[in-house]
Amino acid sequence: MKVLLDQDKCVGSGQCVLAAPEVFDQRDEDGVAILLQTEPPESDGDDVHHAALVCPAQAIDVED
Amino acid sequence: MREAITFPAERAERCPFDPPPVLREVQAEAPLTRVRLWDGSTPWLVTRFAEQRALLADRRLSADVTRPGYPSSAPARPGGTGGSIGFILMDDPEHLRLRRMVTAPFAIKRVEALRPTVQRIVDDLIDAMLAGPKPVDLVEAFALPVPSLVICELLGVPYEDHDFFQSHSRNLINRTVSPETRGASFQALHDYLGEQLAKKPADPDGDVLSQLVARVETGELDRGDAAGMGVLLLLAGHETTANMIALGTLALLEHPEQLALLRDADDPKVVAGAVEELLRYLNITHTGRRRVALEDIDIAGVTIRAGEGLILANDIGNRDPQVFPDPDTLDLTRDARRHVAFGFGVHQCLGQPLARMELQVVYSTLYRRIPTLRRATALDEVPFKHDGAVYGVYELKVSW
Repeated sequence: MKVLLDQDKCVGSGQCVLAAPEVFDQRDEDGVAILLQTEPPESDGDDVHHAALVCPAQAIDVED
Repeated sequence: MREAITFPAERAERCPFDPPPVLREVQAEAPLTRVRLWDGSTPWLVTRFAEQRALLADRRLSADVTRPGYPSSAPARPGGTGGSIGFILMDDPEHLRLRRMVTAPFAIKRVEALRPTVQRIVDDLIDAMLAGPKPVDLVEAFALPVPSLVICELLGVPYEDHDFFQSHSRNLINRTVSPETRGASFQALHDYLGEQLAKKPADPDGDVLSQLVARVETGELDRGDAAGMGVLLLLAGHETTANMIALGTLALLEHPEQLALLRDADDPKVVAGAVEELLRYLNITHTGRRRVALEDIDIAGVTIRAGEGLILANDIGNRDPQVFPDPDTLDLTRDARRHVAFGFGVHQCLGQPLARMELQVVYSTLYRRIPTLRRATALDEVPFKHDGAVYGVYELKVSW
C-alpha cells in the first residue's frame, strides 16, 4: 500500500490524523498534513482508506 | 416535476430533531431540485449525500457571496459584505492563504493539549450548577459558557465581555433580525475585535489574536481582515458548539437508553463515536451550505448552469438512507464518521477538532456527574431556534 498526499490541497482539517494517527500528522506552523510513513503496513489499511474518504480537500490517494 | 418548494422549510411540530419532512420528500424524489427563497430566486437544492460531497469538493463552485446568483439567506446588511467576515466567503487561493494563518491552533495535537483545560472548565461549571438553585437554564449556565470560555482563552479575548459578543453574535446569524440590526451587530463585533487586536503585542507564539498582530506587522494581513478573522473565530467558536451541547442534551434526555450508553461508557472511542452520531443526527447548521456555479456542471442527470445558485442541505444529506441505514434513528453505536455536519470540501469547518474535543468532554462528564438530569418543562414548551442559521434551543430548563 502506498499513500500519496498533496499538501498544496490540504486545508488542515485534521481528519486524517484522527482516522490514521500512525500514518498522518500535521505541521506545527500551519496544520498542513504530513506523512509519517509512505508505505504503511496492511494492518493500517482500513484507517488509511477512511482518511482518504473523509479528507475534505481530497488530498489523499491510496494505491493498493 | 414538482413546483419549487419554499426554503428554508418548516419542521414537523412534534419532531424537533428531524429535518423538515418536505425536504425528505424531495430527497426521495431526486438528488437535485429547485427551491424558492425569500427573494423569489430559485436555486438548486442538493438533497443527497453523494452529490453534496461531490459538489462541495468541486472547484467549479464558488463560496463568494458577492457573486451574482449566490443564494443569500436574508437581505444583505448595509455595507454589504464590506468588512468581510473572513475567508469562509472567499475562494482559493486567497481563502487558503488566510485559512492557513489560523489553522495551527486547531491542529489535532494542539487541541488535545487543551483537553485538561476544557475538563476543568466543564467541572467548574457543573460544580456551580449543583451549588445553585434549580431548575436552571442549561444554555446560560453551561452550554454557552463552555465554548465561550474556551474560545476566549484560545483567541485571547476577555471572557468578561461575553454578554456583549454573545448578543451581537445571536443577531448576526438570525435571518429574522433586520438587515440594519445585523449590520450594526457586525460592525460592533468588528470594531471590538479591532480594539482587542490594537491592545495586543505581536507574538507568533501567543494567543491567536497576538499571532494575527504578528501577521499584520509582517504585511501578510491587513488590519481589517485580521479583525474579520477574529469575528469569524469568535462567532463560530461559541455559537455552534453551544447549540450542540444544549440540543444534544435535550435529544439524549428524549432517548434515555442512548443517554445511558454514553453515561456508562468508559472507552473514549465509544464517546468519540457518540459525538459523531450526535453531529450527524442533529446537524445544527440547518440552512445548508451555499455556493454559486462558475461553469456549467453536469451531475445526476441535470445541468447546473454557470451563475446558478446551489444550497447543499447537509442536514438531510446526513439522513440519506443510502448512506446511513435507518437514518432517523439516533444510534450512538453506529459508525457515523462520514457525516457532513462540518460541511465538505475546502471550506469544511476549521474548528472541528476543537468542537469534537469539547463535545467529548461535555457529553462524557455532564450526565455522569448529574445522573438524574431531567427536563424541567414540557418538550413542546422548549423554545427552538427555527429562525437562525444554527439550530438549537434558546433555553433549556433542567433539574435533577
